Amino acid sequence: MANYNVSSNPHDRDSITTAEIMLNVIIALLPATVFGVYNFGMRALAVIIVTIVSCVLTEFLYEKGMKKKVTVSDFSAVLTGLLLALNLPPTIPFWMAAMGGIFAILVVKQLFGGLGQNFMNPALGARCFLLVSFAKYMTDFSYDGVSGPTPLAVLKKGGNFDLYKMFLGSHAGTIGETSAVCLLIGGLYLIIFKLIDIRIPLTYLASFAVFILLFGGKGFDLTYLGQQMCGGGLLLGAFFMATDYVTSPITKKGRIVFGVILGFLTAILRVYGAGAEGVSYAIIISNILVPLIEKVTQPTAFGWEGKK
Amino acid sequence: MSILTFKGGIHPFEGKELSKDLPIKPFSPKGELVFPLSQHIGAPAKPIVEVGERVLKGQKIAETGGFVSANIHASVSGTVKAIEPRLTLAGTKVMSIVIENDEQNEEFVPDIPEGGSLLENFTKKNIIEMIKECGIVGMGGAGFPTHVKLSPKDPDAIEYIIVNGAECEPYLTSDYRRLMETPQKIVEGLKIMLLLFDNAKGIIAIEDNKKDAIAKVKELIKDEPNICVKKLFTKYPQGGERALIYATTGRSINSTMLPSDVGCIVNNIDTVTAIYEAVANQKPLTSRIVTVTGDAISTPQNFEVPIGSNQGDLIEAAGGLTKECEKIISGGPMMGTAMFDLNVPIVKTSSAILCNSKDKVKEAESLQTNCINCGRCVSVCPGRVVPSRLAEFANHGDKESFEKYHGMECCECGCCSYVCPAKRNLTQAIKSMRKDILADRKKGGK
Repeated sequence: MANYNVSSNPHDRDSITTAEIMLNVIIALLPATVFGVYNFGMRALAVIIVTIVSCVLTEFLYEKGMKKKVTVSDFSAVLTGLLLALNLPPTIPFWMAAMGGIFAILVVKQLFGGLGQNFMNPALGARCFLLVSFAKYMTDFSYDGVSGPTPLAVLKKGGNFDLYKMFLGSHAGTIGETSAVCLLIGGLYLIIFKLIDIRIPLTYLASFAVFILLFGGKGFDLTYLGQQMCGGGLLLGAFFMATDYVTSPITKKGRIVFGVILGFLTAILRVYGAGAEGVSYAIIISNILVPLIEKVTQPTAFGWEGKK
Repeated sequence: MSILTFKGGIHPFEGKELSKDLPIKPFSPKGELVFPLSQHIGAPAKPIVEVGERVLKGQKIAETGGFVSANIHASVSGTVKAIEPRLTLAGTKVMSIVIENDEQNEEFVPDIPEGGSLLENFTKKNIIEMIKECGIVGMGGAGFPTHVKLSPKDPDAIEYIIVNGAECEPYLTSDYRRLMETPQKIVEGLKIMLLLFDNAKGIIAIEDNKKDAIAKVKELIKDEPNICVKKLFTKYPQGGERALIYATTGRSINSTMLPSDVGCIVNNIDTVTAIYEAVANQKPLTSRIVTVTGDAISTPQNFEVPIGSNQGDLIEAAGGLTKECEKIISGGPMMGTAMFDLNVPIVKTSSAILCNSKDKVKEAESLQTNCINCGRCVSVCPGRVVPSRLAEFANHGDKESFEKYHGMECCECGCCSYVCPAKRNLTQAIKSMRKDILADRKKGGK
């Protein structure tokens, strides 16, 4: 008798894989990455390489050491490294960037069980870790060799910044956050190829806009709103960080709730907070709320609508 | 005509091109034929023949063993060789009647009183009696005895008789061939069912990848005010009972309900054809259409196969396998059963034999990762549950949470396993948990 494979149905599988998804998100980040390197020079590229290498190496060594299956080929560590770099100022010391990478993979991801088990976004967890540990370096933004404030910081102090410039991205900030147009291209790519659910960025940005218009202190000022939308890490956060599958709700209603919480939280931190920025903290706080959100947004099973 | 559908579902590779334009060919079995006494849902049938007895084609060889049960008829003439347990598709041995085919195909002539075969003389009871006598069961896969399905508590509450021509399962073309070759039998079969229900309308629902079939049936029913054709969006599992009822009538049923609870009765194309043959021609159910297909089969075919034929012989009749074949599936790729031994009989619910040179499941094994919570399983689930969570509960044996999060609403369509990028076996985990819980309920007498 010939040997035929036997397994429980279904016998067909879609071709998409975890690695393919991660790779696609990396592709979507390329416009912002390339612009970051163009905007800040080769040092930015070096930071990106440092964080990616430290993330991948940490994952490899940890899994080898723990005698687990090595999973670096799923590209998720590469993605974490890239996202982390895009959230760092280009002037950050390399050892600090590397430490961020180690923290992201070791503490936030692997110690909780590896891929899919972490409760907060590893890249953002690491960014916040660096922010509280090395505030001086993390908030030192220089542009064209001159240390200066980011557009958001200028706005916070009551100043003004050219919206068009903010849209294109030629100004100070973290490596990947400055160019709104590049981030939008990447976000569009993710939405068109159905890699992310539009519910999260849409509700995030919409609720953020509503809050800024109502309580931003500038009244119905669309230029100010545009500056707030393009400034800081909002677009990077809304399209690439908040939509991280692992740390966002799996239910559709939950994603809407999650987006709204994010929007309000970000706006509250920006308007009333001490700093100019609020995206990172808003996202990791919301990450922690995900299990609760999922619990209260369980879908109604088919055929049970209006029934107990 | 609007295109109807449901929420969720997937678009797997269809593979219907391989066999859709090939006319139905009769298959003539040789040697022994095996008739498992349990090839339907419900009590096994009881043999009424003895070893050594000669039986004729169409002769009843086993009769219903309870209210929910079905008669079984010989599909060839020959001698009863044995009544013994034989291997079936599920991998277990089931008590079966084995008939050595004498290849005479001598037909059994039923004893019908004068005028008894005229449809207009039939009462409702006669029709159901005839369907029961002819051993008809749901041939779409479940194998539920049709006479039971057609006897709901309140026949007047039935508003729609739906003929399921979706054939959403990839590779299968048996229903399509029936629609193309003998659509009048389907329409007549439906009309017979409509005689049973005074308040019912007939719906023939077909996926829009079978436009020629839709046109053909439309032409046939243009003078039938009580019957309409509905075009369905091509999507798996469009032909699943709950998805189909929702798409055609907008009504939804859950796992605790029967279609008749929302005034519907659903029957598959092959079943409706069998009803026609039973009531109009007194022909018992002794054959069905089986698509033999896949990229590892040399000449795909749609065969009309006598029940009891050997599945391995059928593969030979289609030219045999090309060298490399990793997996052979009885049925379609989504709901079918993988075979480890081809020496099992075709039963009333066998719709296809699919021979794949590559086993996608095996390929996926090395690509498996942890669940990344992407939610693709949630988007495609027609039951609107959260498959990844349910699979987690199932793997942890957490029955309480599994039921609390509507695990019993899973229809086991397989969409979640299909789309999962982490290649997790979600359907499989949920399926075994459901089986466990159903067994518990039986034990508890609930």
